[in-house]
Amino acid sequence: MSPKAAGNHWTAESIRAALAAKKVSARELTAEFYSRIEKQNPHLNAFLALSPERAYAQADRVDALVAGGKPLPPLAGVPMAIKDTISTRGVRSTCGSRILENYVPPYDATAVERLERAGAVLLGKTNCDEFAMGSSTENSAYGPVRNPVAPDRVPGGSSGGSAAAVAAGLAVAALGTDTGGSIRQPGALCGIPAMMPTYGRVSRYGLIAFASSLDRIGPFATTVRDTAAVMAVIAGRDSNDSTSAAIPVADYAGGLDAPVKGLRIGIPREYFGEGMDPAVRQKVEAGIKLLESLGCRATELRMPHTDYAIATYYIIATAEASSNLARYDGVRYGLRVPGETLLDMYRKTRGRGFGAEVKRRIMLGTYALSAGYYEAYYLKGQKVRTLIARDFQQAFQQVDAIVTPTSPVPAFRLGERTADPLQMYLADIYTVTGSLAGVPGISVPCGKTPQGLPVGLQIFGPAFGEARVLQLARAFEKAGGFAI
Amino acid sequence: MVRVAELAHLELSPEETETIRGQLDEILTYIEKLNELDTANVEPMAQVLSTEASAGNPALREDKEIACNVAKDVLAGAPDPSPPYFRVPKVVGR
Repeated sequence: MSPKAAGNHWTAESIRAALAAKKVSARELTAEFYSRIEKQNPHLNAFLALSPERAYAQADRVDALVAGGKPLPPLAGVPMAIKDTISTRGVRSTCGSRILENYVPPYDATAVERLERAGAVLLGKTNCDEFAMGSSTENSAYGPVRNPVAPDRVPGGSSGGSAAAVAAGLAVAALGTDTGGSIRQPGALCGIPAMMPTYGRVSRYGLIAFASSLDRIGPFATTVRDTAAVMAVIAGRDSNDSTSAAIPVADYAGGLDAPVKGLRIGIPREYFGEGMDPAVRQKVEAGIKLLESLGCRATELRMPHTDYAIATYYIIATAEASSNLARYDGVRYGLRVPGETLLDMYRKTRGRGFGAEVKRRIMLGTYALSAGYYEAYYLKGQKVRTLIARDFQQAFQQVDAIVTPTSPVPAFRLGERTADPLQMYLADIYTVTGSLAGVPGISVPCGKTPQGLPVGLQIFGPAFGEARVLQLARAFEKAGGFAI
Repeated sequence: MVRVAELAHLELSPEETETIRGQLDEILTYIEKLNELDTANVEPMAQVLSTEASAGNPALREDKEIACNVAKDVLAGAPDPSPPYFRVPKVVGR
């Protein structure tokens, strides 16, 4: 079998089988994916940097295992892409920003190290909104990404490059980062499964920080099974991240095909209000019916603080960002613009190195934390965050999972929303709630609009309830969620 | 606005300052909706992991020496290295 034989449909599972049967080598597969990237990336702009040396060295290690008849690790030979906000030793990591244009990290993120230890072949780094701030990938300093399903439209963001790479078949799976929806929303807009784990489930070591109490690393794949396979590898306690939890990692793959009959799913009324595209509403309602046809019991829920989530998020996320991004000062790495004094150099470097959205958020966050405003904004935000988290805790006393749309709209046109930051922020209206509450959520494909644009169904679970979320997503996918 | 930019160590052009001023006004007006909620008796959410979830986490890791030979790589990426230091413009004027 030539590496092309499976078309775009390689999965972690089919790769393992093909490698073990010696139908394809990891080196051939890697070459095939690089040839796809070479053909399609000039148009899509999903990748910012490629790491062929590292990828082929890893492929050769996998091929040596096959040749030696050794057992293959779970992601053996799986070509993967890594979002540019995640550190990769020796491979340029820009975060989509000019300020890190030439930054080469001296170490790997824990998630990256774990993927490689599990046999994955890391092809390169993917484009994103600058420092993960955006919902369309149009805030990248290196140009926007095109949605492979509809090239005149955005792939969503901020992990748009990772989503587009997987959806276009340029990688079998990818890592993204999610602070307010940045994995789930591009997953929905590109039509692939995309998961945000519980806060603390996956180590953030090596994730270049945007908002530390919200940032999470998670997978994109073409199937829920592969999503679970990547989750199993990257999840778990890491002594380099004191917020990573020591709770044992569940057997995600093992429970994937268990029947979902009798599971209680909550449908919060607040997620079905104004502002939702009618085609999205119709698909998501059909998706809920599909889950009911599998024996899930749907209950209407009230989550009264949902409407305050965007406001809360834009206080907390920008406050944390203003603090985290203080490190880009031209001293130790990245861009330096010369100045007469140290302070002058800081100001010029940051003024030239950051793009418009990053500046806007640093300004908002600095304001929210400044003397005299801290209590009115930041502290207020932290309190409302408690109320939003409580909505989720109360809901999970009644139901096993919460089902909502991922995004109120399908992929919008490039340039359509860039002029109005608040409108762009509202694209995250259904995803930021789970980010603030710290719970896990997945977006799983839920058919297409009459125009052929993908719709995503979002499933939230209680903290550390990834196994149940994946099980429901798998049942939904298998029953035909994709085809609704 | 000028004071906030100063606090943030951010040089903004007059045009940028004006654009951001208008946008922040709009965003801050939107954020005011939080005042509809009475939070007098609500604790701020200062930690994401619940007490139960972080129960197994050791508060401090073992204090042992681990070699960390990255200084050379780090300095190689610095804008103006003078090993083992980073060089910066004058901090204190005459």
